[in-house]
Amino acid sequence: MRVRLNPQGKDLEVDDVRRVGDLLGRLGILPGTVLVIRGDRLLTEDAALAPSDEIELRSVVSGG
Amino acid sequence: MKCTRCREPAEVKLRSHNSAFCRECFLLFFRRRVERAIEHQEMFRRDDRILVAVSGGKDSLALWDVLADAGYRTVGFHLALGIGGYSDRSRERSESFARSRGLELRVTSLADENLAIPTVVGATRRPACSACGTVKRHYFDAAALEAGCNVVATGHNLDDEAARLLGNVLHWQVEHLARQRPVIEPRHEKFARKVKPLYLTSEFETATFAFLRGIDYVVEECPNAVGATQLAHKAVLDGLENASPGTKLAFVGEFVTRGSAGFQPTERPDAERSCSSCGMPSWGETCGFCSLRALVDRKTGRAATVADDPAEDRRP
Repeated sequence: MRVRLNPQGKDLEVDDVRRVGDLLGRLGILPGTVLVIRGDRLLTEDAALAPSDEIELRSVVSGG
Repeated sequence: MKCTRCREPAEVKLRSHNSAFCRECFLLFFRRRVERAIEHQEMFRRDDRILVAVSGGKDSLALWDVLADAGYRTVGFHLALGIGGYSDRSRERSESFARSRGLELRVTSLADENLAIPTVVGATRRPACSACGTVKRHYFDAAALEAGCNVVATGHNLDDEAARLLGNVLHWQVEHLARQRPVIEPRHEKFARKVKPLYLTSEFETATFAFLRGIDYVVEECPNAVGATQLAHKAVLDGLENASPGTKLAFVGEFVTRGSAGFQPTERPDAERSCSSCGMPSWGETCGFCSLRALVDRKTGRAATVADDPAEDRRP
C-alpha cells in the first residue's frame, strides 16, 4: 500500500501489513504520535488494511 | 474496536483514558474535557471577553472552535511572525478559519514592525524561540488591552506542558516551576489573565478534534523548532507514555493539583511604572520588549527614523 508521511511529504510503499498497529510497528512510529488517515476517516490500531489502501500518517507533534 | 460510549465502530482510541470513541462521541468527550478544565481552574466565565491567540496550528484553532461553539465571547489574534512561507501559510489558515465561521480575527504583522523573527534573531543573536516568546508576550498583552479582553487563552496542550515541566525539573528551574500554571493572574490592570484550557488535552486529541471538525490547519513544524530541546523532551515523554499510558496526564495533572504548591514565585513588587516607549507596565524605564525593539532598530539602521517620529515610537 502507499503511505504518505506528513508533514515531511514523503511517500512510501509498504507491503505485507494487515493492520494499522503492524504498519506503525514496521515504520517504528509510536501510536499516539500520528493520526492514521484513510480518506475522510481515522483508523484505530486494530483496523484492517488492504494492499490497495492509501494511508496518510500525519504527525501530531508540534513545538519549539 | 467499539466506541466505549455508544458501541458504534470507533475511530479514535485513547489509551490514556482506556477508552475508544466514534466520531460524534469523541467530539462530545473533547468539548467536555475542555469545558471541565475551564470550570475546575476557574479560567473564565460567560461574561468575560477572551482573546484567543491563534497560530494557525491545530491546538489554537481547535481551542477557538470549542470556545466559539460553546458561546464564549471571543476575539482571535494572530501574530504573523515573518518566518517565510511558514508564516504566510499560518496566517492564511487563521484568516480562512475565522472567515468560515464568521469570527473576528485581528492580525499584527511583525514584518510591518521591523520585528520579523529572523530580523530579531539576526540583530540580537538571541535564540529564535526566546526572542519569539518575548515578542509574543508583549503583543498578546497589547492586543488584549486594545480589544477590551480581560483574558488571553493560548493553545498550549498536555504535551507542551509535560515537556516544559520535564525541562524545568531536569534543571530544577524553581522560578519557572513557580510560574507553570494553567492560570496566571494578572499583576497589573493593563495585563490580562493568561489561561491554557487545553493543558490536560493531548496533542493527539487536539489533532484528532481538528481533523474530525474539518479544520484546515498548518501541519508543518515551525522551521525554528527543528532540534529544539522541547521536541527532545516530547520524544522521551512519548516513550514513557507508550510504556505506561496516562503518564503525561498524571505528570502534569498531579503537578498542578499537588506539586505546584511547593513552588512559589519570588516576591516581586508589582509593575507600577509604565514603559516610557510603549506605555505598557514595566519594572524599569523601558520594558523588556521595547529594549529588544530598540536594539533591533539600532542594528538594522532604523533607530534614527523611530526617534524622529514619536508617534511611530508608541506602536503597540
